Order: sequence, then structure tokens, then C-alpha cells
Amino acid sequence: MKFFRTHVLIGISETSLNAGVQNFIKFLRQELAIADLSEEINILETGPLGFFGKGICVTVYPENINYSDLKIEDIPELIDEHFLKGRPVKRLLLDSGSKFSPKFNYETRIVLRNSGIIDPENIDEYIGAGGYEAWEKALTQMQPADIVNEVKASGLRGRGGAGFPTGVKWSFTAPLDAPQKYVVINADEGEPGTFKDRLIMEGDPHQLLEGIMIAARAVGATKAWIYIRGEYKLCIERLLHAIKQCREYGILGTNIFESGFDLDIDIKVGAGAYVCGEETALIESLEGNRGNPRWKPPFPGVKGLWQCPTVVNNVETLANVPFIIKNGAEAFKKFGTPECTGTKVYTLLGDVAHPGLCEIDMGTTLRTIINDYAGGMKQGFKFKAALVGGAAGVFLPDRLLDVKMDFSSLNQYAAVLGSGAIMVMNEHQSIVDILWSILRFFRHESCGKCAPCRNGTQQLYKLITKIKSGNGSMDDVEMMQTIAETMLNTSFCALGQSPIMAIRSAIENFKDEFIEITKK
Amino acid sequence: MYKEICSKYEATKDNLIYILHDIQDTHPQHYISDEAVTAISEYLSIPPNHIYGVLTFYTMYSTKPRGKNIIRLCESPPCYIKGSENILRKLKVLLGVDTGETSKDGQFTLELCACLGVCGNAPVMMINDNVYGDLTEEKVVEIIEKVRRGN
Repeated sequence: MKFFRTHVLIGISETSLNAGVQNFIKFLRQELAIADLSEEINILETGPLGFFGKGICVTVYPENINYSDLKIEDIPELIDEHFLKGRPVKRLLLDSGSKFSPKFNYETRIVLRNSGIIDPENIDEYIGAGGYEAWEKALTQMQPADIVNEVKASGLRGRGGAGFPTGVKWSFTAPLDAPQKYVVINADEGEPGTFKDRLIMEGDPHQLLEGIMIAARAVGATKAWIYIRGEYKLCIERLLHAIKQCREYGILGTNIFESGFDLDIDIKVGAGAYVCGEETALIESLEGNRGNPRWKPPFPGVKGLWQCPTVVNNVETLANVPFIIKNGAEAFKKFGTPECTGTKVYTLLGDVAHPGLCEIDMGTTLRTIINDYAGGMKQGFKFKAALVGGAAGVFLPDRLLDVKMDFSSLNQYAAVLGSGAIMVMNEHQSIVDILWSILRFFRHESCGKCAPCRNGTQQLYKLITKIKSGNGSMDDVEMMQTIAETMLNTSFCALGQSPIMAIRSAIENFKDEFIEITKK
Repeated sequence: MYKEICSKYEATKDNLIYILHDIQDTHPQHYISDEAVTAISEYLSIPPNHIYGVLTFYTMYSTKPRGKNIIRLCESPPCYIKGSENILRKLKVLLGVDTGETSKDGQFTLELCACLGVCGNAPVMMINDNVYGDLTEEKVVEIIEKVRRGN
């Protein structure tokens, strides 16, 4: 293997592609060749680097220095100063004023352990990093029931929002005797403020594939579908490429590793509907129908895609599985809390110093996440609230900053961990305004199948618009809560049951704002 | 032309979403016409009402002719609090259209959409397959100019 003294990691993402990263790389290679550094400096095109600078972002190892918003014009200076003389170019550093290094984001890494480090388009790098060992173990050394038990023992819970124990879900499907079973991966990430799955797929597509394979073996499925948003072009490309590589390597296909087990994975592209995040709606969509949710029971685990037993899992959930199988349930349980094991990937947004994504132990407090991982509030701003869990989430005020972020602790406060989106608001932002935007979202995304949600979301939007414009009364505020509660009790699926979360938490924690605006 | 596109896919209902994507992307006006629906209906042996049901359910499809370039501005909360309304206003003035309309020169259709999953760079819009983030009113002018020139 060639030895390089310096590694330059360049994040390839939607944002950097847009900023012209490909030309940047081309020019950088040319200039390095001219400076006779091609043999000393390695350029690695990788996934998202874990911090959100603008435009083209680069991390240089071994110094671990982050640059952001780089332009082609900066290349000569970078080479001359940094790569030749070893002096980082201060004016290009990411947030040069602060001591905080966003690389701390990756303190605990299971799901993101390879992201931003290996080349996501090269299967050999994934294998080199210990990839597909778990798949081989699951296939050659473990029985399906062992896999299910191991995942059950690990305490892994679904990372899509509801937090259902993954091993238990599998145990419904695994013993069923059916000619065909499926694994379906929910990559239709639509929760506003959430993009963790996109970054997991862009940064390390093979890890997701390995998780899918293990799940398929555990429940006895020979076909898996990844249902992915049409907007995630780069993910689709990378996954298709990764699947092709797996087929070439014999990791997918027939009689894998001489075990007699067959499996193939394919991608289905969605067409834009939030409700398709609901597992039965997703299955309807896969079958070529409107994405209306189905009646449960029967649950998909028993009768799902084309009436066959189907396990539906979130991307992040399955990305945890290879670690569990390779290292065992006990190793996984070292992370997180006894009730909620493992880590959680969060997307941090809004008025924090370093918006971005981070993977942290379950049960870490919101305060720690904001202060230590997002660098605290943006300079000059004061914390007012955090919207946790996206549109189907809750507003947490500062008195709840020390609540542990895991499924059970948040439940005590009628809050949810949801998809892991954390949107931080400063003291100047109006909760009523944001609630308006949330209710507009639900109005648009209601699928129209059941009356409580179809009519309820319309009425909620009308009421909040009236309140926002200053023409509402406290009766209207109360009416909103009544409607949302009725929706919670009577809606067909989780979509109609969600608006109550944001409404109740907004009114409970920021009542003054509603009193103020209705007084006008 | 529709038949040709259809025949690229196996005639099963689950391919409907793919066929619709393909037909829409191929059509210069990026929409699904009545003729297209009839052709798909015949090919897949499913009634046109089912196809219209699917077509109007998903936000990515259109039953009306659209411009050469489709702008989809995110209006979800993370973009909203970062000022997507200002961007929308600017786009409307710039193109002389309201939401859902196509500019007179047929170059741009302005649409709103839900979260695009690029919230780290809010406010965000997509023009065709490209994502544009960290939008400001000045930046929008530049981007529209660039896309226009590109044509």
C-alpha cells in the first residue's frame, strides 16, 4: 500500500456538488501534480464530513483541520502554505475564531463510523474497514433465530420515530411459513428538519446494505426493496453503484458464500408524499397505488407487500445492525441507557453555532447536545425553544433542557425523540409563526383518506392563520387543542395523530405568546 | 412515444410510478397528458381513474404543462424560519408568476414543496435536479440568470 503523508478528505454532497466540487478536485489534482506532491498527498472523495460549512468543505489529516467554503482560487495558497509549509490557511478555516472543533461530533460512532473517512463508492474500502464481516458471520455461523435473538438482546429500537424494538418486529415475521417474504427499507425521509438517512446513505451506503442483508437472513426474505425519495439523487446513485459492486463480489445473488441463501436488493423511487413514511402507506406506494395507509391489523410483518410478510425498517435502524452482529449485543448495550441502548444520529439546525449532524449516546441531555456538539448558541442569540422531532415533534423550552434524549425519558414529558431533528430557535422567533408553518405542512401532507385528518388539518390551519394575523381569541387557541385532540383519538394513522404534539407543547410552554397575540 | 416508454418496463402495476416519472421527465413540458394516461392504462391494463388517483396524489407529478425548468422551493419549517417567504416573494417578482404558474417565456415554473432534506443549508430550492442552498435574494437573482443563460 502506498503511504501518503497527508490525506485530504473532500465532502461530496448535494451542497458541494452545487458549489462545483468536481472542478475543484480536478484543479487540485492538477496543481498537486505540478507541485510534485501527487505521491505525498492523497485526495479522497468521501461523504459528508460531519460539519456544515458552506460550499466545498475539506478535512486535512493527520492535522484534523477543517476548511469550508473553498474556491478554486484558494488552491494555490492551500498548497503553498499548508501542504508545503505546513501552515494552515487561517482565513479559510471553518470558524477560525472558536476553539470548538466540530469533529467532536463523532465522539460516539456506530452508524457514522466510516462516514467522511472512507470512499463510499469503493467497496474495498468498506471491506478494509471491517465491512461485510457481520454478514459473513450471520450467514455462515448463525441461524436466523440467533440473529433475531441477538438483535432483541441488544435492545435496538426503531430509529424512524416510533421506537419499536427491532428484534421484536423481526420475531413476528421470522417464524412465518410463507413462499415469499420481503424486507422494505424506509428511506423516504420526509420529516422536516431531518436528513440523517440521506447522510448515512451518502456517506456509507454499504453499511446500510449489510444491515439489510442481515435483516433479510434473520426473517427469511429473499428480496429487499429500498424505498427512497426521488429528491435524493446522490443517494440513489451511490446505492445503485454499491448494489452493483455487491453483485459482482458475490455478496448478493444466489447461494451467497456457499450458504444456499439467495438475496437481491433493489431500489424503488418515491414521488413525494410525507405520508409514505407510514409503513403501510409506503407499501401501498410500492405496489403502484396512492400512498394511503392500510388498516392494521394485519400488520405488515404478517401481511405486507403483495400480501406477503414484510419487515419495514428505517435506514438508521438497519445501519446499526452490522455492529450488533459483529460485536455482539453486549458491546452495543455499552452505549446509551439501559432502556434505550445505542446511539442516535441527530440533525442540529437553527440558531446554533455549528449546525450539522452528530451521533451521540442515547440519553444525552439536550443541553449537552446543544452546548458540546453544536458549539452552543450562535453568538448574540439566546435560547428560546427547540423543536425536537420535526413537524411531528414538540417544542421544548429551556426548563426542559436537561431532559435526557431517549424514547422513554421524553415520553414522560409527552415529548418524542422522533426522527432526531433538533431545530433551535432564538428569543426573537415567534412560536405562533413556527406553529403556523407546521400546521400548513400538515394541511398539505394529509392524504385525505380519513375525515378527522382531512378536515382537521384544514381547520387547524384556518385557526392558526387567524391567530397569527392577530384576529384570533383564546377560544380559537382552545379550539385548536380540542380539534387536535379529537384527531389524536380518531385519525387513521400517525399523521393525523401528530399535530397535537406541537400544538400542545406550544400552548403549554409559551402560553404568554398566545395571550399576547390574541389581545391585539 | 408513450408506448415506447411504457415498453421499457414490465407491465405490472408497481411500475406505474416509474413509468409516470419517465414520461414526465421525457416530455418537454414536464407533465402527464391525457394521451399519456390512456397509453399507460392500455399498457398496464388498469383503469385511467387509478392512474389519475396516483398522479394527483404525489407532489412530483403534474397534469398541467409546465416550463422548461421547474423550481421547487421548500416551505417547511426549517426553511420557513430562515426566510423562505422572502425568497418566494423575490422569485415571484423575478419571474412575474404566482405559485404554480409558468413564466411567459415558458422557461420557469414556480412550485412549493415540502422538506428536501437539505435543511443544513436552509433556505433551499431545487431547479430540476440541482439543489441550491443558503439562498439569499441576491443569490436567487444570480441563479435564475445562470439557469436562463444555460438555456
